[in-house]
Amino acid sequence: MPAFIARRILIAIPTILVIITLAFFMMRIAPGGPFDLERPMPEEIRQNVLAAYGMDQPVWKQYVDYLGGLVRGDLGPSLKFRDKDVADIIAEGFPVSATVGLMAMTLAVGVGTVFGSIAALRQNTAADYGVVAFATVGIVIPPFVVGPILALTIGIYLGWLPSGGLDPRHGMTLDRLILPVITLALPQIAIISRLMRASMIEVIRSNYIRTARAKGLSEPAVIFKHALRSAILPLVSYLGPASAALLTGSIVIEQVFSLPGIGRQFVFAALQRDYTVVMGVVILYASLIIILNLVADLLYAALNPKVKYD
Amino acid sequence: MVLTSTPSEKARMIEDAAVKGRSLWDDARTRLLRNKAAVFGLILLGVLVLLAILGPLLWVHDSTFIYRDRVQIGPTFEHLHIFGTDAQGRDLFARVLVGLRMSLMVGVVATMVSLAIGVLWGATAGFVGGRVDQLMMRIVDVLYSLPFIFFVIILMVVFGRNIILIFVAIGAVEWLTMARIVRGQTISLKGMEFVEAAQAAGVSQFSIIRRHIVPNVLGPVVVYVTLTIPVVILAESFLSFLGLGVQEPLTSLGNLISNGARDMEIAPWTLIFPALTMMITLFCFNFIGDGLRDAIDPKDR
Repeated sequence: MPAFIARRILIAIPTILVIITLAFFMMRIAPGGPFDLERPMPEEIRQNVLAAYGMDQPVWKQYVDYLGGLVRGDLGPSLKFRDKDVADIIAEGFPVSATVGLMAMTLAVGVGTVFGSIAALRQNTAADYGVVAFATVGIVIPPFVVGPILALTIGIYLGWLPSGGLDPRHGMTLDRLILPVITLALPQIAIISRLMRASMIEVIRSNYIRTARAKGLSEPAVIFKHALRSAILPLVSYLGPASAALLTGSIVIEQVFSLPGIGRQFVFAALQRDYTVVMGVVILYASLIIILNLVADLLYAALNPKVKYD
Repeated sequence: MVLTSTPSEKARMIEDAAVKGRSLWDDARTRLLRNKAAVFGLILLGVLVLLAILGPLLWVHDSTFIYRDRVQIGPTFEHLHIFGTDAQGRDLFARVLVGLRMSLMVGVVATMVSLAIGVLWGATAGFVGGRVDQLMMRIVDVLYSLPFIFFVIILMVVFGRNIILIFVAIGAVEWLTMARIVRGQTISLKGMEFVEAAQAAGVSQFSIIRRHIVPNVLGPVVVYVTLTIPVVILAESFLSFLGLGVQEPLTSLGNLISNGARDMEIAPWTLIFPALTMMITLFCFNFIGDGLRDAIDPKDR
């Protein structure tokens, strides 16, 4: 087990290094820089500004300096917000994104498992068809369609919930998070329901479930103690990709519901060519995805006695 | 396990039995046509494709013409603005047709890019095997864990938003699964009895690839292509929604949805019609893809 974790981390380090390198050089070969203004500044000032951010150095030197900073945990200053570091900007946005993401994940796993199990246990009934239809719709309709439509109907026409933004005084309140969380979770609920339905159907047809029933266990005991435990395995291995999808989805959700999270900061920074912020967010997201994948793999191994850490 | 003989070949083989031979593709077609959802999807998609190609030419309004006196009017048969007009006073139906055309085009072209990269990569890894295979698939594993959409966003910002780049960037993101599928198929086919039998019978390498390998790899690839197109359309719309996709005067469904979402309080139809068009298109591809998978996958026979 420790060897397994160690090897995964050993793979993760070059992966992150590749990501950093790619992102760094992609941003640098771009025509136009963060200090190109409508009215160009005098050459002397421009040189001073560049020197202040170390951007007068050759690119490879900047790259090495940046890596050095990363090792010390320093993501550098923002190039657009003079008084802010990248770490500050991420610290502002991350709690919002993390809250929405975690709530969406919880919702998706909870609802998806229940829906999928119900559909499997009542296969070919109205309940089953209902879940399958819902899953198809949920997979096909993208969040950037669901979001505006929910905001329009529930937020504006019905006026039940605020349609966007955070409460300036209270920050993240539940009523302002409901719509974004539902929108973000919807495709994942659909995918997890499908996964859960398929694996549950397979499991309840297996011999050991027949044995469990034959020896007279009650139906809840059969389902919860025996079937669910192995039916949930495909779901666990989907948690890695699911978290990646949620992180990507959050970019759109934060745009639609004007939430001040890192997804929105990323798009804004990319458009403004705020290199350091873009890099910081990319590194953060990549690390998160890698860590979450690792956690999902470990969870899978812990739940599935057949897995060996070869 | 005779999966690949053509009707004529097989008919010759079993002439005495006087049974008409059926190939894998005949079987698949029959099964596909029996699937109502898939047939419905095929017909609807055919209509959509025709609309996307011919619609902009035939429709009474031009997608870029601005009617200054008819800004943001709702759907009406007066002047034939059946989807209404947008915030600039352009006919929304004409714009939806043009947007649909762009979305379908991105879907097909970017999928072809991913197909080319994926098949080449996967087939090479599968054929060569050994260390090369290990290394190539490890690279795929690593790329799987990258937040790719971020790189596409950076690419769009860095190099400006031209269509070719959108095709290539999205195609370059979506080839990973294709490579895995093709590699798996290639490896399992290499060891199959009918391939060995063909080799033993002295069939040339090229004929084996053409007759036995390609048709068998084709099935899963076709299925996956059908399922990749909607993913690609979504990816482009995602970029357009963030304002990083196709640029004016061109438009795509994602672009229209993005504009509609901005104006939805005063002109909800500018959101609803493009969104509906997109959903119907994606439904079609998913129905066809699912139908094809059921039809081609020999496991479910």
